Amino acid sequence: MHPAHHKSQTEDLEIQRVPFGKDYVMPLGQHIGVPSKPAVVAGEAVRRGQLIAEPGGFVSTALHSPVTGTVREIGDLRGVDGRFAPAIAIEADAFATQRVEPDPAMDWQSLSLEEFIDAVQMAGIVGMGGAAFPSHVKLSVPDGTRIRHLLINGAECEPYLTNDHRLMLERPAALLEGAEIVRRKLGAEETIIGVESNKPDAIEILCDHISPGQPVRVVPLKVKYPQGAEKMMIKSVFGKEVPAGQLPRDVGVNVNNVGTIVAIADYFLRGMPLIERIVTVAGPGVTYPANLIVPLGTPVRDVVRFCGGLKGGTREIIMGGPMMGRPIASLDVPVLKGCSGVLVFTEEQTSRRKEYPCIRCGRCLEACPYFLNPSRFARLARARMFDEMKAHHVFDCVECGCCTFACPSDIPIVQLIRTAKDDLTHRKESHG
Amino acid sequence: MKKKDPDLLLFHAPLLRQGMTTPRAMRDVIYALLPATGAALWFFGLSAVLVIGSCIAGAVLAEVTFAKRETRGESLRDATGVLTGLLLGLTLPPGLPMWMAFLGGFVAISLGKVIWGGLGHNLFNPALLGRAFLLATFPIAMTTWVPAAGGFLDVYASNLALPFMQAQVDGVTSATPLGMMKFEQEVTPLANLVLGRTGGSLGETSGLLLLLGGIYLWLRRDLDWRIPVSILLTVVIFSAVLTLFDGERFPSPLFSLFSGGLMLGAIYMATDPVTSPVTPRGAWIFGIGVGVLVILIRVFGGLPEGVMYAILLMNAATPLIDRYTQPRVFGRGVDST
Repeated sequence: MHPAHHKSQTEDLEIQRVPFGKDYVMPLGQHIGVPSKPAVVAGEAVRRGQLIAEPGGFVSTALHSPVTGTVREIGDLRGVDGRFAPAIAIEADAFATQRVEPDPAMDWQSLSLEEFIDAVQMAGIVGMGGAAFPSHVKLSVPDGTRIRHLLINGAECEPYLTNDHRLMLERPAALLEGAEIVRRKLGAEETIIGVESNKPDAIEILCDHISPGQPVRVVPLKVKYPQGAEKMMIKSVFGKEVPAGQLPRDVGVNVNNVGTIVAIADYFLRGMPLIERIVTVAGPGVTYPANLIVPLGTPVRDVVRFCGGLKGGTREIIMGGPMMGRPIASLDVPVLKGCSGVLVFTEEQTSRRKEYPCIRCGRCLEACPYFLNPSRFARLARARMFDEMKAHHVFDCVECGCCTFACPSDIPIVQLIRTAKDDLTHRKESHG
Repeated sequence: MKKKDPDLLLFHAPLLRQGMTTPRAMRDVIYALLPATGAALWFFGLSAVLVIGSCIAGAVLAEVTFAKRETRGESLRDATGVLTGLLLGLTLPPGLPMWMAFLGGFVAISLGKVIWGGLGHNLFNPALLGRAFLLATFPIAMTTWVPAAGGFLDVYASNLALPFMQAQVDGVTSATPLGMMKFEQEVTPLANLVLGRTGGSLGETSGLLLLLGGIYLWLRRDLDWRIPVSILLTVVIFSAVLTLFDGERFPSPLFSLFSGGLMLGAIYMATDPVTSPVTPRGAWIFGIGVGVLVILIRVFGGLPEGVMYAILLMNAATPLIDRYTQPRVFGRGVDST
């Protein structure tokens, strides 16, 4: 699959910092897993970087205040998809300096693996590529499994997004520091940084920063979507397939996004918990595209305003990439830990052509990186034969969207698959 | 005053699409057939226009007649009716009465597509189904071959036969290269076969132009290259093996390749996505099956040509082929070591 990159809009733009605004909203469930538990109460004054919510379980993570200010409200606030969900609203103190007084940098070398993993959880670090899966869970390796390779994902295969690209260009040293921490802690032999070959400058700069003797390799990858899906990347780098239903660790690999690794370096070397992230603001509907450091919880409205506002004809805003991101219901939704991009689209991308019947052309089969049969899934989903879909391995689908992208009849294949998977999972829950 | 926020849509990702659409893919096939259609005009004069035009008219009439009222306009926009009519027309003898061609076009769409549930649901290639109907109903007219016309404005008298009248065959008839091979053991020179200066159906005579159109379709990614390649390869290999046994009796591989409707069938009919397998392995099996059946029917059957039945038979096998050739799902059937 080779969608047009659309990266030229922002790939040469240096990362800028968004000024602080007034209102911030930190949803308690902005990562995959159990929502966090608030550790502050309404009216309480908070410092920037202060813990405001604790992990609600193992597959959960901490939250920190993105600004110095006052907790305005803890309760149900409107989330990204338009539904209400528990969140902490903070009002920034307009007169505060917003300087972080970092926790003292940790002596990470003396930490045991368990302490290290707890620290990652308490730093609130999640997968920064978009999934927002708590990183400490990924780093927890069961007894008997040995991680041999740390694979760092700098593929950035989604069109439009350039935040990982800029991060590699502007903070290569931090990336390599973070890589060294994680590699040592996991006891892996080698670090491999996979970068799509359409970012030669990033590959070069990373190679220049590797000190002699450091067990790090930068591997240029073919430009194709979804190169950054972790199992695809393992196949590209090591030539082996992760068996269905298993995880990368089962083949001795741990995969992390470049943003995650830098976040780990920032916490262990500089004491900065995860309170901001890099966001690419791009798309045909945005006046001045940019790569920005955005405090978490910033309303999309402030981000867009900083970029000169929306052009006329804006029809849809996607949080994340155009292939797998989520549409946002309102400009008031906050930037989350997993928000790699704010992409503003106009008529051209959102006009829906007439849907034709499936002509069995096989383009979706050719496009599916997991060699599934998307056309059959679409047919079965329309007939609501969800169990049949399960028998044909619908849960192996990672919802990369290649099938919908490729379909000449404009059948919403991956959307139908999502519906079916939703139905199957929820049914499972209700039956206990 | 505060500017009003835009009303945001909530279409789910992916928002991007590749450029190809189903109607465009259909139109591409029509464009690809234009050179061969031009050759039909060149060799058979105005008769080609009359026969092909009648087929398209019949096909489009069926399309309009059986469309639901609300979608009547749209059913024409996807161009499949025109395409089916054109394909059918190219497989017919130049001297066929127009009313038969018209009926063939009507049957192709109504029995070949509409009763199955419309576009995408038919088991058999509609154009070939229409041709099979014509061959069964009008066996004489369908196997009467006229020589290439003298002038461009010449029209075969048989074209103008009144409805429900049999054709009046005027004077000379000729045989197709395959007919001559089968019944008289006479071999047509290869150059004539490649360029199309032979008797035969309207669009099948020029192998070269058909191939050109096929390359265009392949460049546009509109056709599964595996199907024509496997059909043509199978035909070449199978007939080469046969000539090893008896070079006199069996046609040479090159003759097999460029004679009859093989090019037209392999590139434009067998590749109809609706009626051919979706899986890559299935496409190979399908192509090999068509190739073997073509030679079997040509060499051992009662008819000189077998492309139509070969493709229709393999159309019938397509659901089964698809079922047994599903690709191995990523990460299944491998172990973690």
